[in-house]
Amino acid sequence: MTDTLSVETASIPKVKRRKAVDWDGYLFIAPYLALFLLMIVTPLLIGVWLSFTKGDLFGVERFVGFENFARLAGDPIFREVVWNTLYFVVLTVPTLTILGLALALALNFQTRWAAVLRTIFFSSTVLSVTVVTLVWRLVFLPDGGLLGEISEALGQTPVAWLNDPQLAMPAIAITTIWWCLGLPMVLYLAALQQVPRELYEAAALDGAGRWRTLWSITLPAVRRTTMIVIVIEIILQFQLFGQPQLMTLGGPNNATRPIVLFIYETGWRQWELGYAAAAAQVLFAMIMVAAMAQYFVSSRKEEA
Amino acid sequence: MSGVRLSRISKRFGDVTVIDQVSLDIEAGEFVVFLGPSGCGKSTILRMIAGLETVDDGEIHIGERRVDHLKPGERGVAMVFQNYALYPHMTVRDNLAFGLKNVGTDKQVISKRIDEAAQSLEITALLDRRPGQLSGGQRQRVAIARAIVKEPALFLFDEPLSNLDAALRGRTRLELAQLHQRLGATMVFVTHDQVEAMTLADRIVVLNECKIEQIGSPMEIYRRPATQFVATFVGSPRINLLPVTVNAGTDDKAAIALPNGEQLLTAIPMAKLPEGESFTVGIRPEHARIAEDGVGEVTGTAEVVERLGERCLIYLDLGNGHKLTAEDRGGSTVKAGDTCTVKVKSSRAHLFDSTGKGWHAEGE
Repeated sequence: MTDTLSVETASIPKVKRRKAVDWDGYLFIAPYLALFLLMIVTPLLIGVWLSFTKGDLFGVERFVGFENFARLAGDPIFREVVWNTLYFVVLTVPTLTILGLALALALNFQTRWAAVLRTIFFSSTVLSVTVVTLVWRLVFLPDGGLLGEISEALGQTPVAWLNDPQLAMPAIAITTIWWCLGLPMVLYLAALQQVPRELYEAAALDGAGRWRTLWSITLPAVRRTTMIVIVIEIILQFQLFGQPQLMTLGGPNNATRPIVLFIYETGWRQWELGYAAAAAQVLFAMIMVAAMAQYFVSSRKEEA
Repeated sequence: MSGVRLSRISKRFGDVTVIDQVSLDIEAGEFVVFLGPSGCGKSTILRMIAGLETVDDGEIHIGERRVDHLKPGERGVAMVFQNYALYPHMTVRDNLAFGLKNVGTDKQVISKRIDEAAQSLEITALLDRRPGQLSGGQRQRVAIARAIVKEPALFLFDEPLSNLDAALRGRTRLELAQLHQRLGATMVFVTHDQVEAMTLADRIVVLNECKIEQIGSPMEIYRRPATQFVATFVGSPRINLLPVTVNAGTDDKAAIALPNGEQLLTAIPMAKLPEGESFTVGIRPEHARIAEDGVGEVTGTAEVVERLGERCLIYLDLGNGHKLTAEDRGGSTVKAGDTCTVKVKSSRAHLFDSTGKGWHAEGE
């Protein structure tokens, strides 16, 4: 018996010893890794280093430590652009999330009309910022613009949206929501189509009305998508640049100047590269904190 | 507890009629099983009763109340789905409470009903878990508990056992039978599994191609199949079907001539059979036994021998283009390739005419 056993064991080919590090796998990710390190990590690190220096496009003059950051803290214009950016994010991100879900709920049908409307609502997303802002400048134009014409037809004085410090940022927010609504809608549509039909049938048999079903079945089912939509939109909208650059040039009176426009002008108009890099690091930290906060809040809710 | 009455209900999807003028009375407290192959419309009828499909024609009453225009939640029915359809983000307790909360049931009543149902289905320990943390069998119990706590007038089951493994399916089947006995509630159960239908039902409704083929108790369905379809669909192994010619035998009973020319006397009254029809005889395998003494009516070559322990199934090739499944005792010595003689209990044979209608011996 023992003999047979040992013969059988011997006939099994020896398993190759596992290598400590499996280099084959790294070979597969090498092309992307090289690009990632070269095009993303390196500039990021250079940016961090630049933020501790004083210099212009011709070169770094000297290392200044935290001087740029101290200057930023005391710069009233920078404080204003940070405030503007936060205001814009608060105006757009919740609206995009709620409107995206509402549109997805309204268009989550397998009919031809729903498909046509889905395409129409998504189509604005593929336009470039130049086209979008051109269209909306024409809408907001007090003299002969769409809103102006409507106001006049109603016997009201047309409002100069983009020249009014109170209304300019909401106008840019409206433009942005119109432009960016496609992505949240599509993400929510994908999520809604994953919800099993039986859940809705079970809820109907359990006597749940339309609002109760939305609240107790649909919203919990798309919770992860909501988190993704909010994080993506926070990251996107903090980087507001093209719309105010093309519609208001940051005016009137800095009311629509966001951080990225500040960075651009400081770096490429005033040639203060170190100072601009420092502002960029602040923006990076703000996005990171906001996105992470949202992530932690949602995942804690899910555990509870 | 209420009965259910379906009066000439129809359902069409576009030009396709999936339910065609079906009528059925289900008594209060009855366990009725809809049995049929995939696509026969059995689930559609169930969903029409539940209110998940609209009714294009006809009426549905639960008890005395006409319900076909009511919303699902207003019909007083509870349904157990094939995939359980438990709310994934709610705990088991919340799953059970959801329907009761929606109709404004008192909190204490909800809690009492949940505790009772959980106890009877042995899921008390699972009440604070989410469906994702449960096994298939546990989810099934929760789904049943969710139906029980509503104390509905009618329970609907849509193939609830088909996602369970064989052992668990058998056990749950038994528990469902006990549940029905304990609650005495009216239950409608949809399945394509004839064993589930035979073991659970007070009455079986056999459906095929959008129509009811037969309604009857399990033994009626088995012993007096109304049509050739029912005869082949119910019973495992399948009933043997052979083309025969019919002529008058003794005692006014029909005699049949098998394809091999052998004459057999059935117990089917000749007078009732339609004239000038071609017939098919149906013989269940347990009525075609291997003749150990070699005296029998049919001879064939054994192709496959299935040993089931207490009996053997012998699949025979009769050599004239026909096959026959016969039974033998558990210790059968028949091997594949052997030539066997089969003794047919012709008094238990059924005849089917060219329209598929079944003709049987009187009585039984």
